[in-house]
Amino acid sequence: MSLPVPSTIIRGRTWVWPDDVNTDIIIPFRFKARTNDPVEMAKYAMYGFDPEFYKKVKPGDLFVAGRNFGGGSSREQAPVAIKYSGIAAVVAESFARIFYRNSFAIGLPALEVPGITKQVKQFDEISINLQDWSVTTKDGKVYHALKVPEFLRGLMREGGLVEYYKKHKSFPWERLQATASTT
Amino acid sequence: MSQTTLNDDALTFAEKIISVKADGGKKIHHAGEIAVLPADMAMAQDSTGPLAIKVFREMGVQKVWDPKKIHLVIDHSFPAPDEKVANLHILIREFVKQQGVRLVEGSISHQHLLENHVIPGMVLFGADSHTCQAGAIGAFATGIGSSEMAAVWASGKLWVRVPESIKINLTGQFKKGVYARDIITHFIGMVGEDGGNYKSLEWKGPAVKSLSIASRACISNNSMECGCKISIFEVDPVTQDYFKTANRKAMFEIHAGPKAHYKEEYDIDLGTLEPQVWGPGNESKVRSASEFRDGHLDEVFIGSSTNGRYEDLQVVGKILKGHKVKAGTRCIITPASRNVFERAIQDGLVETFLESGAVFTNATCGACVGTHLGVLGENETCLSTSPRNYVGRMGASTAKIYLSSPATAAASALEGHIADPRRYL
Repeated sequence: MSLPVPSTIIRGRTWVWPDDVNTDIIIPFRFKARTNDPVEMAKYAMYGFDPEFYKKVKPGDLFVAGRNFGGGSSREQAPVAIKYSGIAAVVAESFARIFYRNSFAIGLPALEVPGITKQVKQFDEISINLQDWSVTTKDGKVYHALKVPEFLRGLMREGGLVEYYKKHKSFPWERLQATASTT
Repeated sequence: MSQTTLNDDALTFAEKIISVKADGGKKIHHAGEIAVLPADMAMAQDSTGPLAIKVFREMGVQKVWDPKKIHLVIDHSFPAPDEKVANLHILIREFVKQQGVRLVEGSISHQHLLENHVIPGMVLFGADSHTCQAGAIGAFATGIGSSEMAAVWASGKLWVRVPESIKINLTGQFKKGVYARDIITHFIGMVGEDGGNYKSLEWKGPAVKSLSIASRACISNNSMECGCKISIFEVDPVTQDYFKTANRKAMFEIHAGPKAHYKEEYDIDLGTLEPQVWGPGNESKVRSASEFRDGHLDEVFIGSSTNGRYEDLQVVGKILKGHKVKAGTRCIITPASRNVFERAIQDGLVETFLESGAVFTNATCGACVGTHLGVLGENETCLSTSPRNYVGRMGASTAKIYLSSPATAAASALEGHIADPRRYL
């Protein structure tokens, strides 16, 4: 099963998480080590905080989190579990390095907006613009996410590496290299 | 490679190696820029490999870019503790056969690569966060996820952002009972869990020469717990000696320039460090082992890619010899590789472990990952030499995990609570 690619404007209600939410909270090792099925992984999303999270989340909900979201392991099962639980995008004060890379690789929109947890409460309705890479809060204020190279935003809009490769028969950074070598 | 780049005084290790590898040194890549790096080696293990295989097939790629450079390692849950894990192991073995890539079962990937394959100046992408361990011998080694691993398998390349660098100046000499693990635990306590996020750590200073490759590997490995991209010890006489013994091919040395720009600099005097303990859980502060008095330990786990090397087991043997593990505390010792396992048997260490009442297991990630060989139950408390004290990491979400050096762990196993190792040394 593959999910549709993210649309340009995403609106949804928020789940707000604290700083340092690590990958073992997002999906404990003992569950992710036993399946290769994203739908099964989604049943353990945010298990460290709430084993019933997957029953409470609604498709199209959003995450807003503090600093260092997704710290720890390299497990791509973490953003996969979040994505397949129905979460449409993650906005965080900052992301751990590998989680951030993995989010682009699987097409889960991940926007870094310092200070965002002070502007959003649990279950607020917010919207995310993947064209100008911004977040609009309940009261209409617009917050721009930290800049991301265009090849990564393009990868995100196309739904991640599998979708990108199927369409282009190459990876987005291969074009980058071709451009760089001619300049 | 370009001599000009290598001699540039103003570049960090990360800037130099990326510039040399990405464009043969013709273009200098400074911190913050994006570069595309060819991989010299790619590694995935049994909890990231199956997803990478699935993604590789979904992409529709037929053959990997270079089978000799690709390592699959079944280490996290080896041998399989149940049918579900066994089936994922089968998927890996089938892929290995189909693609002709390398396979190792049992030894922990990072230790296996350190003992047999990585060399200084190499670019290693690993689908495991602790891949940064190979920075201990001056390799550019960094963790990635499964889809990016599939992309590396397909193309042999991956994008990187050139990281800013942090310099840590090590001085002084260890006091008795203090080890490499105490340096890195102290450092993480100082900078926090994201204090090294996206960064390159460069370990420097006069005390570096006193650290063995095993000690450096412990530090580079555990540097992941502050989020780093790479964690580097440049090649020095200790590294050169290690490679003479290891009988591996010539080296490619990269040294940061003397005028390199560091985003942050820290000094650590080894002589001021005490045995360190971090926990319970990652939200607690790092404290000295001597600050703990009681608190029953249900389990002591000594092993993992951070601290399951022969040097670690030797210290544990010294402390356990002639003593008994406290009744009511189980002490599990898991070597990081088959090589460490065999040496521990040959040198009589295992006899010491067994006489003390400890359990000695096969080489694997073991209890660190909570799938086998020491899973924690509800409300149990564990002191571990593994890298992570996250909630639910080693089993039940209510279990408490503390982290320490192997020496502190061994002394604590004897007393049944967290204990200072110095009285046993």
